[in-house]
Amino acid sequence: MSRLTEILPLLYRALLETTLMVSISIFFAVLIGLPLGILLYMTSNPLLFGMKPLNAFLGALTNVIRSFPFIILIVAIMPLATWLTNSSHGPVFASVALSIASIPLFARLAETSFNGIGKGVIEASIAGGASLFLIITDVLIPEAKRGITQAITLTIISVVAFSATAGVVGGGGIGDLAIRYGYYRYDTVTMVATVVVLIIIVQLIQIIGDFLSHRQEGR
Amino acid sequence: MGIELRGVSKTFELKNRKVEALKQTDLSIKDGEIFGLIGFSGAGKSTLLRVINLLERPTSGSVIVNGVVLDSLTEKELRTRRQKIGMIFQQFNLIESKTVYENIEFVLKASKHDKRKMADRVNELLELVGLTDKMHSWPKNLSGGQKQRVGIARALANEPEVLLCDEATSALDPDTTKNILRLLKKINHDLGITIVLITHEMEVIKEVADRVGVMSDGEIIETNDVYSIFSHPQHNVTRGFVQDIYDFVIPPHIRETDSSQVITIKFLDENAEANYVNQLYRHFDLDISILNGRIEYINGMPLGFLMLHVQGDGGEIGNLKTFITESRGIEEAEIYE
Repeated sequence: MSRLTEILPLLYRALLETTLMVSISIFFAVLIGLPLGILLYMTSNPLLFGMKPLNAFLGALTNVIRSFPFIILIVAIMPLATWLTNSSHGPVFASVALSIASIPLFARLAETSFNGIGKGVIEASIAGGASLFLIITDVLIPEAKRGITQAITLTIISVVAFSATAGVVGGGGIGDLAIRYGYYRYDTVTMVATVVVLIIIVQLIQIIGDFLSHRQEGR
Repeated sequence: MGIELRGVSKTFELKNRKVEALKQTDLSIKDGEIFGLIGFSGAGKSTLLRVINLLERPTSGSVIVNGVVLDSLTEKELRTRRQKIGMIFQQFNLIESKTVYENIEFVLKASKHDKRKMADRVNELLELVGLTDKMHSWPKNLSGGQKQRVGIARALANEPEVLLCDEATSALDPDTTKNILRLLKKINHDLGITIVLITHEMEVIKEVADRVGVMSDGEIIETNDVYSIFSHPQHNVTRGFVQDIYDFVIPPHIRETDSSQVITIKFLDENAEANYVNQLYRHFDLDISILNGRIEYINGMPLGFLMLHVQGDGGEIGNLKTFITESRGIEEAEIYE
């Protein structure tokens, strides 16, 4: 029990680091991943912006990034991360790799939710003379809102999992705490505590995500 | 004016073969008419309809709608033109995440309609299709007929010159179908909008169309006014469609011989109501019994069919046939199997 009170500050700090990393990464995942997902979807649809070569290129690009084991990705983009954050370790530094990993993941998930939109609705919008921009804002995004909410949930949970590896660049976070104390030091109490905290976090994210996606009106 | 298709064709390139969905086709649809295209699925009617607003780019030929050559327009010009060509669909294709009101508003946004007048226009359209009370409903809470009314309101929002109907009533029950067709007819009549509709149901054609094109295997095999299509179908496919409506078959227990024949008489125009039958009984020494009979009203004009079983002297039956041929307004009909 005393060990538990001892690690409480550590846990608190790790929780903050995780929150920071997840927030930064999900922000960029949506900021860049959503347009990328839209582009992937639109370039595959001849009625919208059908461009097979561009679609193939973007598809290959996302696949390449998604193929990297996360630890290798972190190491590979170190120079870029250093240049961007002007540092060589810490949660913000780790967020660069986390963002890069989560952008294609989110883009693909978003693309999948766009694919779920009926072809007929797109056809009707084109027949109505709507511009591509209007179709994005008024058809694609609202129609895929539920899928996008689920995609965000899934991406956040993946980032939480990825962030455990962020320890190698001093990213910190709960996963890192579990590895450093629990795994390397055989500190069972810390390990159990961190795993419990992780389970709670993931559950919470999923519950909130499900709640939000079911709340979408009109569906 | 109206719609002109000149040498339009469409070939789809699949992985290892080409499919000619639409063979070289010329078609003129007059301003203000209701033109029906009928055909089985896969006949190419859906492709033809989509060529009119260039949802399908034709492989060859050109599309002229009210004097504007659509295939020569830029994307932006085409968008503006499409706002003047409304379209409704079998599956309605409403935006599920928008209310009835917002669905209609969407196309007004597309045409950059004056924001202050937007609400007025939406209300006007809802009134036209009789859905004012459903304004804030979600599509999922509407019946099929109501969804199609929203579809119609949306298609009419930007005051189109042409309305394309893609199997618009095929997903609806018979009563709702009649209501929707009545609404289309009203729109055509009151607003003078040219309507092109495709269907696989002859009932729909009978109910609303002025002229019909019959499609089979990627081409229009027959075009005529609706009455002529029903009274004198030329092509076998057309005959099949017409036959579906009458559904006359020679009863299997009747064996036709020289002295026992089944004769079907077709009554055209106003003669459908005349009393030729009386004359048949009076002038011919034959046993005549009625097997089947029906009068259809096509655009208000009657078209009658009467199937008779005639027994007696072979020569007298011949005389009867001659009488039918020589009388104005009636003729012997073939029963197409």
